[in-house]
Amino acid sequence: MEYSERLSNVSVLGAAGKMGSGILLLSALEVADQMLKPENKDKHFVVNAVDVTSSALPGLMKYIRTQVLKAAEKKTVQLRKLYAGRKDLIENSDIIGAYIEDVMGIIRPGTRIEATYDSTLIFEAVSENAGLKVRLFRQINENNPNKPWFFTNTSSVPIGGLDKEAGLEGRILGFHFYNPPAVQKLVELITIDSNSSGMKEFALQLAKNMRKVVVPSNDIAGFIGNGHFMRDALYGIDQATALTREMPLHEAIYTINRISQDFLMRPMGIFQLIDYVGVDVVRFIMNVMNPYMADENLHSPLLDQLFELGVKGGQYADGSQKDGFLKYEKGKPVAVYSPEKGDYIPVPDFAHSVDTWLGSLPESVLSWKNLVKAPDKEVLAAKAFSDLKALQAKGAVMAVQYARRSREIGMKLVSDGVAVKAEDVNTVLLTGFFHAYGPVNDFVV
Amino acid sequence: MKPSKKIFMIAGYNTISMGTGRKEFNPRKERPGLEHYISEAGQGTLRQIGGGEHVDEGVVGNFMASRFNKQAHLGAFLGMIDPSLRLKPATRVEGACASGGLALVTGIKSALAGSAEVVLALGVEVQNTVKAIYGADILAGAGWFQRRKEGHAYFFPGQFSDRAGVYFEKYGREKSRKAFARWYRNAVENARLCPTAQEFENKTADLEAIALTEPNPKSFTDHLNVFDCSKVSDGASAIAIVTEEGLNRCGLALKDAVEVVGIGHAADDLTALPSDPTRLDTVAHAVKIALESAGITASDLATVETHDCFTIAGILGVEAIGLAPQGKGADFVLEGHTARDGKIPFNTTGGLIGWGHPTGATGVHQAVTIWEQFTGKAGDAQIRIPADRPYGLTINMGGDDRTVVAIVYKKTV
Repeated sequence: MEYSERLSNVSVLGAAGKMGSGILLLSALEVADQMLKPENKDKHFVVNAVDVTSSALPGLMKYIRTQVLKAAEKKTVQLRKLYAGRKDLIENSDIIGAYIEDVMGIIRPGTRIEATYDSTLIFEAVSENAGLKVRLFRQINENNPNKPWFFTNTSSVPIGGLDKEAGLEGRILGFHFYNPPAVQKLVELITIDSNSSGMKEFALQLAKNMRKVVVPSNDIAGFIGNGHFMRDALYGIDQATALTREMPLHEAIYTINRISQDFLMRPMGIFQLIDYVGVDVVRFIMNVMNPYMADENLHSPLLDQLFELGVKGGQYADGSQKDGFLKYEKGKPVAVYSPEKGDYIPVPDFAHSVDTWLGSLPESVLSWKNLVKAPDKEVLAAKAFSDLKALQAKGAVMAVQYARRSREIGMKLVSDGVAVKAEDVNTVLLTGFFHAYGPVNDFVV
Repeated sequence: MKPSKKIFMIAGYNTISMGTGRKEFNPRKERPGLEHYISEAGQGTLRQIGGGEHVDEGVVGNFMASRFNKQAHLGAFLGMIDPSLRLKPATRVEGACASGGLALVTGIKSALAGSAEVVLALGVEVQNTVKAIYGADILAGAGWFQRRKEGHAYFFPGQFSDRAGVYFEKYGREKSRKAFARWYRNAVENARLCPTAQEFENKTADLEAIALTEPNPKSFTDHLNVFDCSKVSDGASAIAIVTEEGLNRCGLALKDAVEVVGIGHAADDLTALPSDPTRLDTVAHAVKIALESAGITASDLATVETHDCFTIAGILGVEAIGLAPQGKGADFVLEGHTARDGKIPFNTTGGLIGWGHPTGATGVHQAVTIWEQFTGKAGDAQIRIPADRPYGLTINMGGDDRTVVAIVYKKTV
């Protein structure tokens, strides 16, 4: 089955979710590109958008339409060539309109799993629940005569186990997008030995056509992205917990969030990142990964406590941030959760005393925004860490320790065989987490 | 056309050229519309001539408000500028990006015909109402619509990219691209001296380096990058065209005026393709008539405002005027002759690339710049006008060298 034939009937499971909607968009755009090739003009293409939440489908279609419009406006130069034969389409607005209709015409939204029974390729982006995934794969596989390929977006569940339990005979691989898929450049590709070479080649071609950077990861729970993130988060949580000897927990959370953002020059602090992904999701991923960890315990009682208190983070349907460890106003943290008080304490109430305790930042420590756009960011980051290392202030010392731990996690991913090389770990953090420098570096050695 | 009696321009006024690059510009927020720009520019001129009661007639140059703003009938906006203009004759004229130039010519003819002693000439365009990709559709109306289908998504950048491609083949790509980059640098450096310019706040350190960015045919054109192009602008310019009697009526002195001494106005067949893409034949023709009617040659010019909608149009303009032979316009620019400290400073407030290109206003803006320079009102952008070369030239081009208005001005005192 050649490339475009494989894309003739695609299904996206969990299409209305945060990840699913982005995957649906990228799939539909890629399928449309195939459909609009002159040699495919008589062929039929379908993308099934399957989600159990019927009420989410109209919003999903609206989102897709808006995004397709944006995509079309960006590539009108190419679209004019694709539609050169359509004499009725003259102005850019005509062509953009026709393209949107063509893409939307491919997509079939629905709630029924039966829609996938004719598919040749299935993207899975349901919740991170191995049992649910296996059930769906098995059901589809038993009812679909095409021997479809399954591309799962799991960020933590080992692929080999899913393959075996669902009886897929090697027709599954991990194709892990980062959030939001339409924007983030990274795809972690997790193949297993029983995958056919054609399937791997197809996956690489597809990622390339979607303009993604592919980083291969071995099939070890959590892969590279969560392999780093979960341990990094756990370190941050442990540091905050340890600090409670010196300050209340909410101040400790604020402290570590500042260390991991301002001092480490990252786009957001570790607690904000946990909120962004979702306290519940992070906890869930750790639970999925933990059984596979021989020599460590990926578990946080603090996450359990927040989860039980109903403090979950994540995002609202419009993409705005829900409150988690931190409370947000217009996307900015304004208060920190105190589990003892069961309420948020405004940052200005304690920020000054904590900031003084931490000590000031050296001038060479730039904001992430300024560092990430600098052409010589490696040199600038090295300078910043060299200055931090020279300081005795608490903030500087903790920042250097944090960066060392992050480096250690990165190197462990290589020695554990999750990543092929340190550079891959860095690529994941640079492209999937928007860091300005890779964790495996010489700055803090 | 040589004026059969003395014609002057006075009381020029430019609004800000609003669009990307200006701090005040936020595409997501509601912005002032046509009415705002027309009022501001019109009132700016009226204030300097003692009020609207001195005006006999008004002309509005505008290209495509009918599509950008869903608004036609712009002549009838004059009464909104000032109640004293209500019930006075007013006309809207259109010739694509030469609409402003046509407003000037129309006003001059009315003054020459004796039907007006004071004409308020105003040009306006508000283009940021749509994204650039749709604005390209609208601006493509300056070409022949029967050829839109085969044209580029960015229609006019595509047309001038094709011209640039042929120029590269004939005269060398590297030299030409360097000349484009120098043109861009001159434009922005001049704009930084003019507070109403769209690039006034441009802080780029190495302008030529950024302008040498390789064109990307996948997202834009084959031979031009975005720095080779004038931006999308909202703005208006106004100026008063007066006879000697009109000048007296407005209570202004000769030193506050610039004299119009030669006019070249030409329109070529819109359905025809340029015979040689490396020449602007209509520009050359209109400039020749303007210079001849003024009784001067290009070497008598102190400064030029040319229609650099694209850098290549700037270079081809230099050649069309006759300042450099064909293929040598790039060298002329690279040798620094068009810079503000060069032999003949071009586009001293930034031109279309630096100041901005609110299409229908551009022709009037060019006249305002010459008027400012010749009456010592150009502020930081002021250049020295040599006593033996007291002449200025504006070239306002509509479409791909289809309608051209060239005007020669003389310093009065």
